[in-house]
Amino acid sequence: MSDSNKTVTKKNEPAKKKTVLSLKKRQSQRREFLRSSLLTVGFVSLSLAGLLPVVQGRSARLRPPGALKTPLDEQKFFAACIKCGQCVQVCPVNAIKLADLDEGVGIGVPYIDAREQACDFSCDGLQCVLACPTGALTHDLDYPADTRMGFARMDNPKTCLAARGQGFKGQVRGPDFKGLLRYDEIDRWAPIPVADHPYDLELCDLCVRQCPIEIRISQCAAQEKERAAAIEAGKLTGKIERVAEQFGNECPPKHAIELQVIESDDGLKRMLPVILDGCVGCGVCEMICPVEDSPSIVVDIDKITNWA
Amino acid sequence: MKYIIESFSQVYGNNPTRPDKENQSDELKKIYKDKVGNLSKADLEAAHLEHHSHFFRKWQRRRWLTLILVNVLFLVSYKYDVQLLEGAMTASRFVGFHMADLNSALQVMLAYKHVVLNLVIGTTTVFIMWLLLGGRTFCSWVCPYHLLSEWAEFLHLWLVKKKIIKNHTFHRKTRSVFYVIFALLALLSGYTVFETISPTGIVSRAIIYGPGVALLWVGALLLFEVFYSRRAWCRYVCPIGVTYAAVGTLSPIRIVYNAEACHHEGDCRKACLVPHVLDLTIRGRAHTLDQDVIADCTRCGMCVDICPTDSLNFKIKGLDKFL
Repeated sequence: MSDSNKTVTKKNEPAKKKTVLSLKKRQSQRREFLRSSLLTVGFVSLSLAGLLPVVQGRSARLRPPGALKTPLDEQKFFAACIKCGQCVQVCPVNAIKLADLDEGVGIGVPYIDAREQACDFSCDGLQCVLACPTGALTHDLDYPADTRMGFARMDNPKTCLAARGQGFKGQVRGPDFKGLLRYDEIDRWAPIPVADHPYDLELCDLCVRQCPIEIRISQCAAQEKERAAAIEAGKLTGKIERVAEQFGNECPPKHAIELQVIESDDGLKRMLPVILDGCVGCGVCEMICPVEDSPSIVVDIDKITNWA
Repeated sequence: MKYIIESFSQVYGNNPTRPDKENQSDELKKIYKDKVGNLSKADLEAAHLEHHSHFFRKWQRRRWLTLILVNVLFLVSYKYDVQLLEGAMTASRFVGFHMADLNSALQVMLAYKHVVLNLVIGTTTVFIMWLLLGGRTFCSWVCPYHLLSEWAEFLHLWLVKKKIIKNHTFHRKTRSVFYVIFALLALLSGYTVFETISPTGIVSRAIIYGPGVALLWVGALLLFEVFYSRRAWCRYVCPIGVTYAAVGTLSPIRIVYNAEACHHEGDCRKACLVPHVLDLTIRGRAHTLDQDVIADCTRCGMCVDICPTDSLNFKIKGLDKFL
C-alpha cells in the first residue's frame, strides 16, 4: 500500500469517529486500551516465566519409562505431554507424580522421585506407557528392559553396607517408610509396603536382590529350567520356538547390577555393587538402599548407556 | 452462514452488528413501536414477582450439579478405581474412550508438531461431543475454574453494589490477541506455554491429584477478578473459550431470543458472562423476531433463569422440524 493511500483512509475514518465520541468516552477508551495492553504483557510474561526452569536447565529429572527425551533434553517430552496424569492413575506402586508450578512449563508433567517410590515394574506391561494418550511416553518399548530412564551410580562407597562387609537386619528405611515393592514370593499382583517385609541378611545386597532386572533374569532362568525339564520329560515338543518368540530378546535381559569383589586400600577384599550395562535407571536400588540420610547408590539421569 | 460469520466476528471482539432498520420485519417493527409508552414499571415488577415465585435459578442448579458431578467423577474414578473417567480435564478416557480437550490438544500439536493417533481420536470425539452440546457449554457446564470464578463474581458484584470497588473492563479483542500469542508461543518455543497458567488444568489436576503451589496462582487470579475486573480470565484471556466458541458456531444447541414479551430492562445482560451476545435484547437491536444468540454464549442459562418474561430460552436447532 502506498503512503498516499494510507493517509487517505486515516483521514476519512477516525475523523468521522472523533466527531461522534465525546472526550470522556475517548479517554475511557484509551484507558481501556492501556489496561488491555498491560494485561496482555503481564499474563504473557507470567506464562513465559514458565520457561525459566527449562532455560536454567533445572527441570530435568527422573521420568516414567519411555519418556520422549534424551538424557537432558526434555523439550519433546514436555511438548507432547498433555498433563492429564493418566500415567499416574495406572501405576500400581504410585511411583509417578505430577510436577507443580515451580517446574514452570513442566507443570503437570509426570516424574518419579526414586528415593520415595521407585518404579519397580510391578505392572510388567508398562501400564503408564499404554495409558499415555499423546505418545509423550513413547509406545516404542515393549518390555521394562527396553526403557532407559537413567543409570545407577555408586555415589558413596564408604557408606555402602556391602563394601563395609556389613549385613542388614530389620525394616529397610524404618517402620514409617511408605514405599511399595512387589515381592514375587508373596503376591505377584499386589505390591506391599517395604516396611512390611523385614530382611535378615548376612551381607547387605538389597540393591542387587531387589533390582527388577536381576529379578527378571532369575525368572527367565527358572522358566528356562522348567522348559528344559518339560522337553526332557517329552511334554513339550515343537513349542520351543514359540516360547523363544514370546520372550524375544527380553528374556533374559542384560545384567544390571552385581556384587563384585573389590580389593580396597587396606588390602582387604570387599564386595561392592557394580552397575552394569543392563541398568534401566528405575531407581529401586536408590529406594531400597538402607543407608539413612543419603543413599549410597543413586540414579543419574544424564548418563544413559547406549548399549542397544 | 450469517450466524457463523456474526459469531466469529463477535468472538474476535467486534461489536454486534446493528440491524438495518429497513431490513427489520414489519412484525418486529410493530412490536417495538407498540411497546412505546406501554411498558410500565408496575408491569415489570409484577412480572418479576411472578417469575421469582416459581422455579427460580433452575438452570443454574442443573449446571452446578453437572459441573460438580463431572469433576467428582474424575476424582472418584481415580481414588476408588471406578475407571469411568480417568485422567484430567486436559485429556481423559471415558469408559475407555479417548477424550482430549480441544485447546490442550491444539497446544500439544503446535508444540510437538507431530500428531499421535490416540490424540486424533480423542480430539475428534470431544469435537463431536461439544458440537452436539453447544461448544462453550464446556465453559459453564464442565470447567472447574468457571464455578470458582462464578463464586468470586458474586463477591465482586456485592462489593460493586456497596461501592467499595469499581469494575474495570478490558477490550474484548484482548482475548483474540492472547489466542494468537499462545498459539505462536507453543509453535515457536516448542513448549505448551499456556498450560503453565491455565487455571482449568491446574484446578482439575488439583481436584484429582491433590493441591499444590499452582493453586496460589489460581487464587491470585480470583482475587484479581473479585477486586479489579469481573470475570477477567474467562472474558478477556482464556483461549479455551475461543476454541469452544468456534465449535459452537456449528452447534444446534443455542439460546433463542424472542422480542415480543421482552421489557428490554437488561437483567439478562447484567447476569451474563459475555453480555455482548445479548445486545440484541436492547430495544430496536434485534434483527428478527426470533433470533439465536451467537456462539460466544456459554449456554449457561443465567439469562433464561433471570428473564421475567420468558423471552430467552434454550433451543435445539432443527428439532422443531421433527416434532
